[in-house]
Order: sequence, then structure tokens, then C-alpha cells
Amino acid sequence: MSKLKEKYLAIPEQIRIVTVLFAIFLIMFIFGRRLFIPKTFGEYGHYRAAAVDDIMQIGLVYAGHQACAECHDDVVAEKSQHMHKHVACENCHGPGYAHTQAPDEHPLTIPTDRSYCVLCHSYNPARPTGFPQIDPVTHNPDGACIDCHQPHAPQPPEVPEECGSCHERIVRTLGAGHHNSLPCTQCHDIKQEHKITPRDFLPTVPRTREFCGTCHSTKASSAKEIRRVDIVTHGENYFCGQCHFPHNPEVKI
Amino acid sequence: MDNNNTQDRRSFIKTCLKVLPAATLIPFLSIDAKAFAEEGYNPEDHNYAMGIDVHKCIGCGRCVRACKNENNVPDEPFYFRTWIERYIIPFEGETIVDSPDGGINGFGDAAVPEDAMMRTFFVPKICNHCAKPPCVQVCPVGATFTSRDGVVLVDNDYCIGCRYCIQACPYGARYLNPYTRTVDKCTFCYHRITKGLLPACVEACPTQARVFGEITDKSTPISYFRRFNEIQVLKPALNTEPKVFYAHLDGEVR
Ligand code: HEC
Ligand code: HEC
Ligand code: HEC
Ligand code: HEC
Ligand code: HEC
Ligand code: HEC
Ligand code: HEC
Ligand code: HEC
Repeated sequence: MSKLKEKYLAIPEQIRIVTVLFAIFLIMFIFGRRLFIPKTFGEYGHYRAAAVDDIMQIGLVYAGHQACAECHDDVVAEKSQHMHKHVACENCHGPGYAHTQAPDEHPLTIPTDRSYCVLCHSYNPARPTGFPQIDPVTHNPDGACIDCHQPHAPQPPEVPEECGSCHERIVRTLGAGHHNSLPCTQCHDIKQEHKITPRDFLPTVPRTREFCGTCHSTKASSAKEIRRVDIVTHGENYFCGQCHFPHNPEVKI
Repeated sequence: MDNNNTQDRRSFIKTCLKVLPAATLIPFLSIDAKAFAEEGYNPEDHNYAMGIDVHKCIGCGRCVRACKNENNVPDEPFYFRTWIERYIIPFEGETIVDSPDGGINGFGDAAVPEDAMMRTFFVPKICNHCAKPPCVQVCPVGATFTSRDGVVLVDNDYCIGCRYCIQACPYGARYLNPYTRTVDKCTFCYHRITKGLLPACVEACPTQARVFGEITDKSTPISYFRRFNEIQVLKPALNTEPKVFYAHLDGEVR
């Protein structure tokens, strides 16, 4: 015993202090690491693996488009046959997870207001052509949209005469240019069905030089004031539409 | 009696030796059990991606609304996990980009008259869930990470709110939640996709401008999307390898 003590005292004092300090530091480090590094940290990488589980446990708000069919199969069946087939039920009726669990306690909202449909259907030039768009200020301003359009099976109550309900930007462009006197049907052969299920009955699109030539060729028997070019040599090798935008033909030199 | 005792000691040591290797297996077993508790969901089997077709976007903002509802994103403007930008390229002058309230209430009249517009379109934006995420690298505590199924997540309990990752994200996809004081961002609706549901924004999109699925799987909408469209990603020069793919993306989009 005294031998050990002797040995211990033989160590220089500085080293003794440093060793003790080091030991304390080491214990604190190990203890601190335990304390501060969360349990599952580093299991799969430099993060807390349990966080993934935490995030997975977050509750649902939207039930998803499959969920409504269980109880409202009639509406689902009707909607799937019509133009709103890709518009999710919860898009209009709001998040419905709670409703699917307890329908009576959590009734869903029904958007009867004009302003709701307008979110998707008001005219905006940035929207793709073909998307049904109306000007909410002029389009039957006195009625609710659902007075005339069935929300689950939307269809115009009468076949729209105007192409503008879906191609408004083209109509406006056309109206502003030299071709403003030409009806759309002058250049596009269109079936009536195109206005109801557009993609199933696409109109024709003229892409030959001869087509424009029917009015603009020097040999054409069209109205006199229409300007003429020799369609054999003028801008040869290209379709006329590649230099003159057909909906707004400009002559730029 | 004595004999018996030694027998006992020997068999005790023997069983100890037998149990020892089995005992070392216990931690591995517990991981297996945990994976099982996740109802058979194995992150290793998945690799998610999103496709966005710019041609199809009508700018109705239903995705923004759905995202805020689903993920409890603060309703005030400027806090978004996903948002829509409107691009207007006029015949003359600079490109105009606006995003009133992230597009949550749609888009009103533009800053320029219609006949001055050369091109105009909507671009939905969202966290790109980069394969090489710059935000993850800068986190000082390891509170943001790429999960094993390729989704970049934030650990809300561990985040210290230092905002380094907000600075590091080249897409502006992160924000500081003013209520929790932690960073928040798109998770691809991790709590939905791990249950086999679609992210809320994809669910809400009326024109299928957004598609979502697995890039590993051959027959998913996203595989089709990547195969039959010319695909672009945002800021490819940064080499972040985004997993949000755009079709028909205009060169003006930043
Ligand atoms: C478990 C069956 C069930 C499921 C699933 C369900 N509903 Fe319902 N829903 C009901 C019942 C029952 C009512 C009638 C409640 C009432 O009249 O108060 C109802 C009423 C409604 C109403 C209101 C009708 C009204 O006249 O007020 C709407 C809208 C609705 N459901 C939409 C949905 C949508 C959207 C979903 C999918 C997310 C859905 N429901 C899923 C059972 C269900
Ligand atoms: C475009 C928006 C829209 C979508 C999408 C939509 N609804 Fe509706 N829904 C409405 C409106 C508007 C009404 C009110 C109709 C009325 O009062 O005439 C309504 C009414 C209802 C009603 C109550 C009246 C009725 O017709 O039975 C139920 C139930 C309902 N919807 C369920 C659904 C379900 C289920 C889906 C998905 C398959 C769905 N809705 C999709 C807008 C929508
Ligand atoms: C979330 C967006 C959204 C909302 C909200 C919405 N619609 Fe639609 N609507 C669409 C889409 C998408 C189409 C299909 C367009 C296509 O396929 O090109 C469509 C098509 C239509 C059509 C054209 C049908 C046809 O045969 O030409 C009408 C009419 C219509 N919706 C009316 C309404 C009414 C009324 C409401 C309000 C109850 C409404 N929509 C709400 C997205 C929406
Ligand atoms: C008084 C009845 C009435 C009301 C109210 C009404 N519409 Fe219409 N809507 C029509 C008729 C008729 C047409 C077809 C003729 C046309 O294009 O004007 C039509 C066409 C449309 C079209 C174009 C669809 C297509 O296939 O061409 C859309 C989109 C549309 N309406 C949406 C709405 C929305 C959104 C509202 C509410 C803001 C609304 N409508 C209110 C009667 C109505
Ligand atoms: C109900 C909405 C609707 C109405 C009304 C409508 N269209 Fe369309 N049109 C569409 C859609 C949708 C497309 C497809 C757009 C796309 O897929 O890019 C389309 C495409 C076209 C195309 C291009 C075809 C192609 O091969 O690319 C032409 C031309 C066209 N429409 C002309 C017309 C004309 C002319 C009218 C009026 C007589 C008209 N449309 C009325 C919805 C409509
Ligand atoms: C002078 C003939 C002419 C007239 C009049 C005309 N078009 Fe066209 N349209 C064309 C030609 C040519 C193309 C093909 C352009 C191309 O692909 O280069 C075209 C393409 C289209 C397209 C598909 C390409 C696109 O821009 O989306 C649509 C839709 C369309 N026209 C709609 C209309 C509508 C609606 C009207 C009436 C308002 C109309 N067109 C009037 C000649 C015409
Ligand atoms: C039905 C007859 C008709 C057809 C078909 C037609 N145009 Fe025209 N075009 C006109 C009329 C009418 C004008 C206006 C009178 C004018 O300014 O020459 C015009 C004007 C023009 C102008 C403007 C000339 C100027 O004054 O600056 C150009 C360019 C033009 N058309 C090109 C085309 C092209 C390209 C096509 C084929 C896609 C085409 N047109 C098809 C009737 C037609
Ligand atoms: C390579 C581009 C190019 C193509 C292709 C082209 N044009 Fe032109 N077009 C021009 C230019 C440039 C002018 C104006 C200079 C000129 O008068 O030659 C013009 C002028 C015109 C004019 C006005 C002539 C006048 O007297 O003011 C008409 C009409 C016209 N083009 C019709 C057509 C038709 C029809 C076609 C298809 C057969 C066509 N263009 C193909 C470039 C083209």
C-alpha cells in the first residue's frame, strides 16, 4: 500500500494534476456525448433515425381520391365519365380525412360560390390553349355557376358557339391582325363534338403552302384586295406559317 | 454431490458460451423488429421523384392550398413548401416573374397588357430533393438529411433554427416556421407516400401537371414521364442533381 503511494508521489505534481484533469474531462465528454447526442443518431447516417418515424406518424388531412368511392360511389362514377374526372373531390370539398372517419361529425364544405370555379376557369393568357376559360365578369354574371353547370359532370348547357371559351387568346390574337375577317372554320375543319370532348375530336390544322395559296396565290380567284404572292417562288421550301404567324400574319422585312 | 456441482458449473459455462453469440445478435434483431413495426415499409425499396409538365399548369394554386392544409404551413404569405410562379416574356424588355401569395388564390391581371406578351406560362416550384443536397451539407447538427428512400427531410426536434440551410438552398425551397422556430420544407408528404398515398399537391392538381412516383420502378407515371418528354431540371449547372423533373421548361426559368 505504502509502496503504491510512494510510486504515486514519485510522479511529478504537474503530471498528476493533468492526469486528473484529463480523467475528469474524459468522463465529462463521455457523459456529455451521451446526454446531448440523441438515442438513434447515426443509425443510418448523420441524423436521428427516429426522426423518420416521427415524420411518418404525422396525421393525414387529405384522404386521397380513392377514399370517397367507398360511400359516394354514385358521385365518383358520374364524375369519372366527365371533364372533371381528374379534379379530386377534396379539391372542391376541402380536406376530407376526418370526414371519412366520422362523416356526420365532420361534414365537408360545398363550394357554391362563383368565386370558387373561377379559380380554375377565369381567363388568363398564361393558361394553356384548350383549357375551358370564361371571363367571370361577362359570363352570365347573375347566376351561380352550378345553376347551369353540374359540378360533377360539367358540360355547357348548350354547345358553345364561340371557340373563345377555350381558345380565348387565339381569338384575341386573330381579332387584332389582318386575318380578323376570317372565321376559325375557314382554316380548321371542326366537328361539333370537339367543343364537348375536345381531345377526342381534334380539328384539322392546315400545314400546306397550297392552302394559303387558295387566297394568296397570284392565280387564286379570291377577293381582289387580298395581297398576292407567287406561291411557287415566294419563301420556297418553308410552310407560309413559319414566316407569317397564321393567327396574326405580319409582314416584317 | 461434488461431481454434480462441477457438472453444473461446466454446463453453466457451456450455456454462457452458447448464449453469448446469440446475445450479440440482439441489437440486429431489434432493428429487424423495428422495420417490421413500420408495417412492412422498407425505405431501401423506394426512390421517389416528381415530374412537372409546365404545359399543363393552369395556375389555379390548388396545390399550394392543399400543401398548406396538409402540412400545417403558416397561412401568411411568404411561407411555402410549394408555390407557383408566373413568367411573362414580353416582346420588349425584361422577363417578368410574379407569384402573388405563392399563387394560392390564382393570378390576377399581369403587369403588362396581353398584346405585349410574347410568351407567358406558369411554373410550379417545390423542393427538388436533390441527390446532392447543398442544404444537408451545411447543417451544423445533422438536423436535415436524406432519408434512405431519397427524400430530404428536416428533424423538427433537433433543428436549432440557425438558417444556414435556408441560405444554402439555391431554389429557395426552405423557410423558417415562425411558430416552431425551426426550418420547414417540402417532404414529398412523407407521411402520405409511406402509406401509399400521393403527395397532397399531386392529389390536388386538376390537370395532372404534377406526377409522382418511383424512379426505380419501370411502370409508373413518372417513368413514362421521364421517358417520353424532354426533361429539364432547375439550375443544372450547380450539379445538385434534382429529383424534380420538368417537361417543356422554358430557358427563361431560373
Ligand atoms: C364512411 C363513409 C363516407 C366516406 C368514406 C365519405 N363520405 Fe361523404 N358523406 C358520408 C355521409 C354518411 C354523408 C351524409 C352526412 C350528412 O348528411 O350530414 C356524407 C356527406 C358528404 C357531403 C355533404 C353532402 C351534403 O349534402 O351536405 C359531401 C360534400 C361529401 N360527403 C364528400 C365526401 C368526400 C369528398 C369524400 C372523400 C374524401 C367523402 N365524402 C367520403 C359518408 C362518407
Ligand atoms: C368542381 C368541384 C367539385 C368536385 C371536383 C366535386 N364536387 Fe361534389 N359538389 C360540388 C358542388 C358545387 C356541389 C353542390 C351541388 C348542388 O348543390 O347542386 C357538390 C355536391 C356534392 C354532394 C352533395 C349533393 C349530391 O350531389 O349528392 C356530395 C355528396 C358530393 N358533392 C360529393 C363529391 C364527391 C364524392 C366527389 C368526388 C368524386 C365530388 N363531390 C367532387 C363540387 C364538386
Ligand atoms: C381545380 C380546378 C377546377 C375547378 C375548381 C373547377 N374546374 Fe371545371 N374544369 C377543370 C378541368 C381540369 C377541366 C377539364 C379541362 C380539360 O380537360 O381540358 C374542367 C372542365 C370544365 C368545363 C368544361 C366541360 C366541357 O365539356 O367543355 C366546365 C363547364 C367546367 N369545368 C365548369 C366548372 C364549374 C361550374 C366549376 C365550379 C363548381 C368548376 N368547373 C370548377 C378544373 C376545375
Ligand atoms: C345562365 C347559365 C350559366 C351560368 C350562371 C354560368 N354558365 Fe358557364 N356556360 C353557359 C353556357 C350556355 C355556355 C356555353 C356557351 C358559351 O360558351 O358561352 C357556358 C360555357 C362555359 C364554359 C366553357 C365550357 C366549354 O365547353 O366551352 C365554362 C368553363 C363555363 N361556362 C364556366 C362557368 C363558370 C365558372 C361559371 C360561374 C362563374 C359559369 N360558367 C356560369 C351557361 C352558364
Ligand atoms: C371545350 C373547349 C374547346 C372548345 C369550345 C374549342 N376547343 Fe379547340 N381545343 C380544345 C382542346 C382541349 C384542344 C387540345 C389542346 C392541346 O391538347 O394542346 C384543342 C385543340 C384545338 C386545335 C389544335 C388541334 C391540334 O391538332 O393541335 C384547333 C385547331 C382547335 N382546337 C380549334 C378550335 C376551333 C376552331 C374551335 C371553335 C369552333 C374550338 N377549337 C373550340 C378545346 C376546345
Ligand atoms: C388563316 C387560317 C387560320 C385561321 C383563320 C385560324 N387558324 Fe388556327 N391555325 C392555323 C394554322 C396554319 C395553324 C398551325 C400553326 C402551326 O402549327 O404552325 C393553326 C393552329 C391552331 C391551333 C393549334 C396551335 C396553337 O397555337 O395552339 C389552334 C388551337 C388554333 N389554330 C385555333 C384557332 C382558332 C380558335 C381560330 C379562330 C379564332 C383559328 N385557329 C383561326 C390557321 C388558322
Ligand atoms: C380565306 C382566304 C385566306 C386564306 C386561306 C389565308 N388568308 Fe391571309 N389574308 C386574307 C385576307 C382577307 C387578308 C387581309 C387583306 C390583306 O391585308 O391582304 C389576309 C392577309 C394576310 C397577310 C398580311 C398581308 C399584309 O397586308 O400585311 C399575310 C402575311 C397572310 N394573309 C398570310 C396568310 C397565310 C400564311 C395563310 C395560310 C396559313 C393565309 N394567309 C391564308 C385571306 C386569306
Ligand atoms: C421565308 C419566309 C417566308 C415564307 C416561307 C413566306 N413568306 Fe410571305 N413574306 C415574307 C416576307 C419577308 C415578306 C415581305 C417582303 C416581300 O414582299 O417579299 C412577305 C410578304 C408576303 C405577303 C404580302 C405581299 C405584299 O404584296 O405585301 C403575303 C400575302 C405573303 N407574304 C404570303 C405568303 C404565303 C401565302 C406564303 C406561303 C405560300 C408565304 N408568304 C411564305 C416571308 C415569307
